[in-house]
Amino acid sequence: MVKSIRLATAFGALLLTCGVYAATSVELEPAGNDPDNINSLQRGARNFMNYCAGCHSAKYVRFNTLGRDLELSEDQLIENLMFNAEKTFETIQATMPLDQAARWFGQPPPDMSLMARARGTDYVYNFLKGFYLDPESPTGVDNRVLEGTSMPHVLWELQGFQTAVFTTDESGASHFEHFEQATTGSMSTEEFDEFARDTANFLEYISEPVRSTRRVLGTWVMIYLLFFLVIAIMLKKQVWKDVT
Amino acid sequence: MARIESEVGTRGSAIMKWIDDRFPFTETMKYHITEYYASKNFNWWYIFGVLAMVVLVMQLVTGIFLTMNYKPSAVEAFASVEYIMRDVEWGWLIRYMHSTGASFFFIIVYLHMFRAMLYGSYQKPRELIWLIGMLIFFVLMAEGFAGYLLPWGQMSYWGAQVIISLFGAIPFVGEALVEWIRGDYAISDITLNRFFAFHVILLPLILVALVFLHIVALHHVGSNNPDGVDIKKNKGPDGIPLDGIAFHPYHTTKDLVGIVFFLMIFSGVVFFAPDMGGYFLEHANFEPANMMATPEHIAPVWYYTPYYAILRAVPDKFWGFVLFALSVVLPVFLPWLDRSRVKSIRYRGWIYKMALSVFVVSFVTLGWLGLQPAEGTYVMLARIFSVLYFAFFLLMPYYTTIDKTKPVPDRVVYHG
Repeated sequence: MVKSIRLATAFGALLLTCGVYAATSVELEPAGNDPDNINSLQRGARNFMNYCAGCHSAKYVRFNTLGRDLELSEDQLIENLMFNAEKTFETIQATMPLDQAARWFGQPPPDMSLMARARGTDYVYNFLKGFYLDPESPTGVDNRVLEGTSMPHVLWELQGFQTAVFTTDESGASHFEHFEQATTGSMSTEEFDEFARDTANFLEYISEPVRSTRRVLGTWVMIYLLFFLVIAIMLKKQVWKDVT
Repeated sequence: MARIESEVGTRGSAIMKWIDDRFPFTETMKYHITEYYASKNFNWWYIFGVLAMVVLVMQLVTGIFLTMNYKPSAVEAFASVEYIMRDVEWGWLIRYMHSTGASFFFIIVYLHMFRAMLYGSYQKPRELIWLIGMLIFFVLMAEGFAGYLLPWGQMSYWGAQVIISLFGAIPFVGEALVEWIRGDYAISDITLNRFFAFHVILLPLILVALVFLHIVALHHVGSNNPDGVDIKKNKGPDGIPLDGIAFHPYHTTKDLVGIVFFLMIFSGVVFFAPDMGGYFLEHANFEPANMMATPEHIAPVWYYTPYYAILRAVPDKFWGFVLFALSVVLPVFLPWLDRSRVKSIRYRGWIYKMALSVFVVSFVTLGWLGLQPAEGTYVMLARIFSVLYFAFFLLMPYYTTIDKTKPVPDRVVYHG
């Protein structure tokens, strides 16, 4: 009986989160990230492994892929990023057990491998910056871009807490205006923006690690095809000489 | 040197003779390639047939390689696609070629069909080519639809859910039919497995067979041309059409230019914009299928959206389905709806030119509307353009009869 009630509650919570899950029609501030900036990606990897990977997996991402693309040696990987992994070919797994997490949060924290590709880098950036104090929420906070999120404000030490100012229009619908800093964190606003930008940048990179490879290869393919095109046109002209 | 060459030559021709006595190899090559005469005044609208062949082969080859690592299982499918994208050597390239190829297949086939409408290629004696072509188009739609379920993302799942449930609108048998297609009470592992079977075996097999028949029928009557002139009416003393040139080497070398140019556009997408801003690979499809969470906005992939817009324009479920099906099937009847005495748009009057323009605008607009949410002005616009879409076909027997045509020349127009 208790089990079935718990199941029903979990299911209800799930449905509830789903309802708002899709509502992403909030205005997003552009992240302004540069996926070709290796330093930013390295910082993003550090941020992710220190602040996110406790709860969020990136289960399609291998450490040795990070090492190759972010120009990190095996020692650097082991030293700085692989807190819960033994071998560099392993993928990024959350430290928190997923079945427990599902009980604590209503649903397990989603995998981050493709988050930026599914929702957009700007979404990630705004989500990271979007937590505000909400006394009615069980976690004490809500998020501007994902209302009703079950994620607590894990970055509070860095960002501090902020409150959101809403205005109500004639029809009674409330609109987000701006944030106001309630308590200060260890970082300034600019530093935290940079932190969120690097992290979002890293999420964009892991959502498609092959991005830079394909662009480099694509340039060579285009050059090759351009030569081929010239030759094909010459061949056509040669063959068609006698067509009158 | 000369002796060796001639020896090789004789030995070579001896082998050819041996083969030709048993299989019509040389005869077939001549009939379809070196002595197949097509008009010399083909313009670039005539490239899309050969491009469709190129893309078909590309889809078959990349598809085979994808199958080597893809897992048709609700539990593993999504992860296996990411495995291909990240861990399989060159897997990303093969996958992007396949996903981009799907969209380009439709772009090419739509333009190929439009060419037929521009130059009356479906008219007598090419009605069967058109019918086989329409069958190819239907199989292609089914192929694309089955294939889209395979990555098992949110859009795969919910897109399939919406489209399959359409059959539920058919009276009496509808619900049973839907269950029969899914093989389950919801889209599940069972559905995925059978769609995989359709996508990699059944439909490609039919597709290749139909393409073969399409070409056999074409080569039997000969290709049309931008003037809609029958080039076989003017033959030289050697029996070769005066305006015809051999497929090889003439059309092949010209096609090669078109193919390379196409590959440049294709590579531009594959290497620099494989998502195509969410049109070729929908963003929501990077989230694994979740039967508990309906996406806020479900849109099929762009190549089905004109018909989808018509479906949603009708307030009634059953009649929506009927008009949707009709909009897909109507082009089949073009050879009999078109009563014009001339084939090519070059010699048609202003009425057909206007009708065709209205049709193009309607089709493209409906395609765009199919991607928008079905509300307010969008629905109103969809209704207007649906009426125009149907009017193009249903009024055709009338307006092609009264349209004033221009005299058609005896020979094709060609400026060397």
